[in-house]
Amino acid sequence: MKFATKLIHSGQTIDPRTGALGMPIYQTSTFRQQSVDHFGKYDYARSDNPSRESLEEAIACLEGGSRGFAFASGMAAITSTLLIFSAGDHLIVCDDVYGGTYRALTSIFNRLGIQATFVDATSVQAIEAAIRPETKGIYLESPSNPLLKVTDLRAVAGLARSRGIITLVDNTFMTPYLQRPLELGCDIVLHSGTKFLSGHSDVICGFAVVRDAELGHRIRYIQNGFGAILGPQDSFLAQRGLKTLKVRMDQSQQSAVKIANWLQAHKRVTAVHYPGLAEHPGHAIHAAQAHGPGAVFSFELDSFETTRRLLEGSKLSTFAVSLGGVESIISYPARMSHAAVPREERERKGITDTLVRLSVGLEDPDDLIEDLSAAFNSD
Amino acid sequence: MNIATQAVQIGLEWDTRTGAVAVPIYQTATFRHPGLGQSTGFDYSRSGNPTRLALENGIARLDDGALGFAFASGMAAIANLLLLFRSGDHIIVTEDLYGGTCRLFDKIFSQYGLTFTYVDTSDAVAVRAAIRPETKALFVESLTNPLLKFADLPALSALCRERGLLLIVDNTFLTPYLLKPLDLGADITVYSATKYLAGHNDTVAGLVVVKEPQLAEQVYFHQNSVGGVLGPQDSWLTIRGMKTLGIRLDRQQENAQRLAEWLQGHSRVKAVHYPGLETHPDHGLMKRDTRGFGAMIAFEVDEHALVEQVLLKTQLISFAESLGGVESLITFPEVQTHADIPPEVRARLGINNVLLRLSVGIEDCDDLIEDLRQALEG
Repeated sequence: MKFATKLIHSGQTIDPRTGALGMPIYQTSTFRQQSVDHFGKYDYARSDNPSRESLEEAIACLEGGSRGFAFASGMAAITSTLLIFSAGDHLIVCDDVYGGTYRALTSIFNRLGIQATFVDATSVQAIEAAIRPETKGIYLESPSNPLLKVTDLRAVAGLARSRGIITLVDNTFMTPYLQRPLELGCDIVLHSGTKFLSGHSDVICGFAVVRDAELGHRIRYIQNGFGAILGPQDSFLAQRGLKTLKVRMDQSQQSAVKIANWLQAHKRVTAVHYPGLAEHPGHAIHAAQAHGPGAVFSFELDSFETTRRLLEGSKLSTFAVSLGGVESIISYPARMSHAAVPREERERKGITDTLVRLSVGLEDPDDLIEDLSAAFNSD
Repeated sequence: MNIATQAVQIGLEWDTRTGAVAVPIYQTATFRHPGLGQSTGFDYSRSGNPTRLALENGIARLDDGALGFAFASGMAAIANLLLLFRSGDHIIVTEDLYGGTCRLFDKIFSQYGLTFTYVDTSDAVAVRAAIRPETKALFVESLTNPLLKFADLPALSALCRERGLLLIVDNTFLTPYLLKPLDLGADITVYSATKYLAGHNDTVAGLVVVKEPQLAEQVYFHQNSVGGVLGPQDSWLTIRGMKTLGIRLDRQQENAQRLAEWLQGHSRVKAVHYPGLETHPDHGLMKRDTRGFGAMIAFEVDEHALVEQVLLKTQLISFAESLGGVESLITFPEVQTHADIPPEVRARLGINNVLLRLSVGIEDCDDLIEDLRQALEG
């Protein structure tokens, strides 16, 4: 089945009892049981809820996994999944990882005895060099947030597998439409479903997907035990959003290419980081592992003054955190997504005070260009 | 202000733009910034959402705490609190703890070097004896699940203060309507709001209230970082449920008292555990500290064969997990809520194969009695 069809028909999309198109929103906490010895499939909604389950089946199918899990937020998906590791375990993490993940690793998981080393994941050699006997996981974003750095996922997954290490990939920027890490040999895919998957800037949610049954069992145990699950209304909205993922992404990506090219030629723009541009250092690797460059990129400006003017002056691109919605969102990583990363570390990684990230929505690209152009010229 | 009044007032002051009496459901992920370095107070819904905030402010007011926090489930709430601790810390815990909490402690947090000692927390001497140099907190259920033992919070909080321990109270079975643990010296209260607070068996939610602002900041850090937050729809439903907390609990308690007395007189019932009965060992203590005895009853039938009969023959009373809703529910703790407790511990605690747990709803009590009668008598 082709991806566009899968989006419409994966998961429980028809209510078995009534034939309703779309799973009902099961706003219930518990389920009546019929037998003392054999409980029904559903007993308590933290453990299983049909609305959530339908969404979980859909994301598993789209990622080519055997099992999917929906969480209360992307961070809940990430932190719950990281609980498969134990005290004494070591993780290797891409160095410009999302600030929230960085914060969880350096302020919470470190106290639980899990250590993380941050490396430049564009270099497989650097990853290999960081492996220790107690390394249990390699955590990647490709392309990364916000610098769109590309990791060779096949190469890292192969390396990890040969050393008995689990590879985790935050696939938020790509979605399974553009990139399926499990098919590249990775073990766990994570998502902030808040972004392109839900796609309307109206739901906070997260996902984990695995192919291996044993890993699935471990995450399921934590999902139920830790309880950071997604509610039924948000599950419904996320699944509703998923249906239009392909048409949204096609349009946003096409616009992103146009805007990135326009920005590249603009006199106030000193660099554009977007794997869709031939000059991007990860362009070839990205093209070999993904079906498109996506609809988020970052760019650098000639001064802080220009940066401020652009952020405050753009009318159509909303100045806000988050990304991946139908609305274009312009954001400022140094003070938003990566505010949790200490300043000098941030600068060293290239997340400077003149770096801006743009998530391209469904507005007409000409309108967006005109709006950005006006913002550049505003005072 | 009376707590029933406070509950009705939740969210009322929020929408100054329209005057809406019910707080709007802010189904949004993010918020537009007015300018660089400026914020409306809301940036991203994981960090703060106005609907969730109305609920969080509401429960904080009801519980006399500095700040409240809403989570995706009661377990998510408790899990977040455990992140206040680090490898090597020791926590003393109520022994007949909810099975899910027990699983979280023993199977998930134990692998990070946290250790737990289970004691009868209704016995302050036993608690004192369990304290070690590395003990950091005492986690108690104010009224335990399923055997309804009541914790002497003034005594426990005095002990915690003396030894520098945090006192965390799971107050799910009583709610602030019946007991306010922070007023009795606790530092943190935690709720499965799925139960009495939301009250309609339709929402899975967890709440935390912290007494002191400084500790509250730490809880906020973890709520935001770990992200196990409650969504806007479920936040709104919880607020909606809390508005009727007082009248629901009044009716539920009244029904529970009558049912407990009726069960006590039934020939097939061996024992009834309900603190509203004068024969219950904690009856006097609860009379001193609470506004009521709650609406949970545990009872033992005279033989195991009767368990299945009762579970399947009750019509009005649904055989289902959970509790605290307007609908009466009956469960079999040994295989349902407490399946994760080791068998030998269950046996010691009295969670046996003839014990049933009844969550009494707001149906007419005569109908509930009739339903139980036909189920017990076959």
